[in-house]
Amino acid sequence: MSVLMEEMNRRALTLGIPLGAHLDVTYRCNERCVHCYLDHDDHGEMTTTEMKDVLDQLADAGTLFLTLSGGEVFMRMDFFEILRYARELSFCIKIKTNAFMIRGEEADLIRDMDVSSVQVSIYSHRPEVHDGITLLPRSLERSIAGIRLLQQRGVKVIIANVLMRENLADYEGVRALARSLGVESTIDPTITPKMDGDRSILDMGIAGKELRDIMHNADLVGNVDDFCATPPPVGDEDLDTVPCSASHTYCYISPYGDVFPCVQFPLPTGNVRKQKFLDIWRYSPQMNDVRSIRPRELPVCSTCSHIGTCTRCPGLAYMQGDMRGPSVQDCEKSYARTGIPSANMKLRFTATNGHPVAASEPASLVQIQLAHAC
Amino acid sequence: MGLMAIYAARSKQVAARMLGGEMMIMSPRDTTLFNLNDVGSVIWQSADGQTPLDEIVARLCAEFDVAPEVARQDAESFIQELAEHGILHVSDQPITAEPPRQEPA
Repeated sequence: MSVLMEEMNRRALTLGIPLGAHLDVTYRCNERCVHCYLDHDDHGEMTTTEMKDVLDQLADAGTLFLTLSGGEVFMRMDFFEILRYARELSFCIKIKTNAFMIRGEEADLIRDMDVSSVQVSIYSHRPEVHDGITLLPRSLERSIAGIRLLQQRGVKVIIANVLMRENLADYEGVRALARSLGVESTIDPTITPKMDGDRSILDMGIAGKELRDIMHNADLVGNVDDFCATPPPVGDEDLDTVPCSASHTYCYISPYGDVFPCVQFPLPTGNVRKQKFLDIWRYSPQMNDVRSIRPRELPVCSTCSHIGTCTRCPGLAYMQGDMRGPSVQDCEKSYARTGIPSANMKLRFTATNGHPVAASEPASLVQIQLAHAC
Repeated sequence: MGLMAIYAARSKQVAARMLGGEMMIMSPRDTTLFNLNDVGSVIWQSADGQTPLDEIVARLCAEFDVAPEVARQDAESFIQELAEHGILHVSDQPITAEPPRQEPA
């Protein structure tokens, strides 16, 4: 991150400005990915007018970085109207899509609207694997075609690959595909529980040796010695820092107008159909509760040697029952990196009379950015 | 740039937002980030392609404690620099349309 970007984030944090926002314009999707956490039925999406009103409010609140996602954004017939309006409000926009419905005309419009980047989900370079995950025949072929059209027009494209057992063997192939297309790629072994609380899809995630191998792959993480080093002694700064951007400089808005601290943090804080966005952002008790979290106050994590280097996600912890509790996925990740059990893992080990529990729950949360994205 | 009329217009390709009294501008194509101070932010917000630079300079003089000739010289240098980065367009005529984009090589 550039010095200026850090300064901008610091200033937004000080001023309490939601510098980044993620707006899902729909949960409907043409794919049915086996690991997806969403319910794809339409339960009353915001209208075009409501979407524009939300964008107005976000711009007024100071949001610069806007992610438009879904579901599949192109399932909305008015998506380009929303996108055009957002660009007229000078947002820096990232679109997440499967690119299945991007043809020449759509690619032209995305270029003409100066979208900052388009992230496309690709799970394998092999159709039988990719299409087996999306459950949509010819989806790999169509997604690659969409990527080519965007790339040919100079639009920045990032291939995002969610790693799970089903496609674990193919990440090198996806990276090679990205190189051949002239686009960037990222790998993310995060499987998020379903929004209704169903955690069964976590079984698809990679764990144990598979996760360790990913964490120790220099092609993915860079300097393995640094990435997997024993954590340094915990200092006051580690205990008093802001743990993540959720509710501090970032928030998520659903297609139904519900506002959450983060896309991975389903704690309802308000709804823009009933309240002004800024009132929710500034005064929601739930938003302020999340905002108050500091590592020092976390009952288990504050005693953990990983606290200064762990990527503990309060949203995942919330989905496990306590936003101030440990996030098991992140414990597993720290363990996979360093070989040192987290405080939570030691507690659970003790609680089970010495029977290890580390491998009993699939570990998943690590984000490895292979190339710098906006 | 001499004494001729000068018009400046913000590029529609950028993303921009005021943050704590300063304008943050991002060029989406290369993610270059620009941070304008309060004076630069006034120039940026005034650069609508229709307002002559002289009028923008008058706003600066009214808002900040600065001599007109100094303000004019600094404003000219400023818009020229932003124009070189492609985030501002400059012309001796009012600017009504975004210049054609450059296609990727």
